[in-house]
Amino acid sequence: MKYLCLVYLEEEKLRAVPDHECRACGNGFRERGLLVAAEALQPVKTATTVRVRNGKVAITDGPFAETKEQLAGFYLIEARDLNDAIQVAAKIPPAREGSVEVRPIRELDA
Amino acid sequence: MIDGVVAADSVHETLNAVYLSESRRVLATLIRLLGDFDAAEEAMHDAFRAALEQWPRDGVPSNPRAWLVSAGRFKAIDAMRRQKRFDPLDEAGAAAEIAVEDTAAWTDEESVEDDRLRLIFTCCHPALSPDAQVALTLREVCGLTTEEIAHAFLTPPATLAQRIVRAKAKIRDARIPYHVPAQAELQERLDAVLRVIYLVFNEGYAASSGSSLTRHDLSGEAIRLGRLLVELLPEPEAIGLLGLMLLHESRRDARSSPTGEVILLEDQDRSLWNGDQIVEGTRLVEQSLASRRFGPYTIQAAISAVHAEAPSAARTDWAEIVGLYDALLRLTPSPVIELNRAVAIAMRDGPAAGLALVDAILDRGDLADYRLAHATRAELCRRLGRCADARASYTRALALTKLEPERRFLERRLADVRRDAKDTKDTKDTKNKKAK
Repeated sequence: MKYLCLVYLEEEKLRAVPDHECRACGNGFRERGLLVAAEALQPVKTATTVRVRNGKVAITDGPFAETKEQLAGFYLIEARDLNDAIQVAAKIPPAREGSVEVRPIRELDA
Repeated sequence: MIDGVVAADSVHETLNAVYLSESRRVLATLIRLLGDFDAAEEAMHDAFRAALEQWPRDGVPSNPRAWLVSAGRFKAIDAMRRQKRFDPLDEAGAAAEIAVEDTAAWTDEESVEDDRLRLIFTCCHPALSPDAQVALTLREVCGLTTEEIAHAFLTPPATLAQRIVRAKAKIRDARIPYHVPAQAELQERLDAVLRVIYLVFNEGYAASSGSSLTRHDLSGEAIRLGRLLVELLPEPEAIGLLGLMLLHESRRDARSSPTGEVILLEDQDRSLWNGDQIVEGTRLVEQSLASRRFGPYTIQAAISAVHAEAPSAARTDWAEIVGLYDALLRLTPSPVIELNRAVAIAMRDGPAAGLALVDAILDRGDLADYRLAHATRAELCRRLGRCADARASYTRALALTKLEPERRFLERRLADVRRDAKDTKDTKDTKNKKAK
């Protein structure tokens, strides 16, 4: 089963964990067959929100909601169950600076 | 004819007894075999319905539990096939199909007991909200109805039902496993289970709101849960928690008057304390202490045991209690424990020593809105003859309490202080000097 681990950090802590540490963590997960994909994100001020209403594309600057922590990156992982997913999430380096939301992936209906 | 009726009646009686003693075990195993809470519950009810039809006709099977699990599983597979949701790739279906071959899975005593432990750990999984953990544990492990739980927690039944539905959905969708945690995470996960049990106990022991101070049923349920846990997983802190609950429970008849008025520990009629519960509780405390792997529940139970063996408040080993609070503070620093330690110090060294500590805690602002901190301060001031200070603190405590019996108690004390102030206007100065 796949879980998306969403990494949230406060703006000033976006670079608190050195990149080489995150890279090493991702490589470690990949070698153990746990990783589907992982990326870090640019700060939320670079974000653009897209909505389609009545067939029209509406574009706005910024994120959907203003919160103290912002989405900083993600790890899409493969795990047997939530306990295993939590164990993997706890090893993501920014977990000690911000938080990691673990969300199960929903398979689209056939 | 009459024999037949008698036999049928006795089968019904047996079935009722089996339901009471086995339904939770049957459910716990069915959840493992079917991989789904709702399907397992439905299967269990189908199984008991089948027993109601077949046992009077065919006799009670030699192993009723195995019969019920087997019947429930077949009913569930039937239901899945009927709903055309059955697909060999479907995991729940596949698990059930595999289980057909494995009769040991529901007759082996050890794996069945493990199922009950799996159920407890799953219901108390930290990925569920604390409210949901409590509701789910009472529903699935204890077998209480949604209405009973809602009533006990003064929550609308619809809210509680929704809480349970959401928790089950999260277990299914996020795939919370039906496992007893591995040794590495056992301690942490056990703490969550103990927290749920103690929360249920306290909800029954001292309701945080409402007109009745004790809701016996929940405390009894928590003690039953504690016993079950100790039976399945005799870890020192599980043993300590059971001891703690029994020792608290032993004072139930003494801690409030027939009209529901609060009676403080020092004023309680100790002959009303339940001797059997004290003996059992104390034995459990000793057992846990001997393991040398005990924690905060055991230390709290040890404090309770010191009170239990004292003939009166004055003849309590307060030095021992202060020492136990010191140990407790080292393990789990908390201003509430500091407050309790201050009360013990007041008993050991006099109210002035206790008051100095309480004032220090209140000055830090930690317990500014905690009614018992102000009630404690008021009580110590009263003993020191500082009536105006006592009045101010009782008034503050009154403003913070939500419990009706507690409010009446504080109002009585406040009236006492007012009367004391009047009676002893002339001797007040002497008293103050004496206290110093």
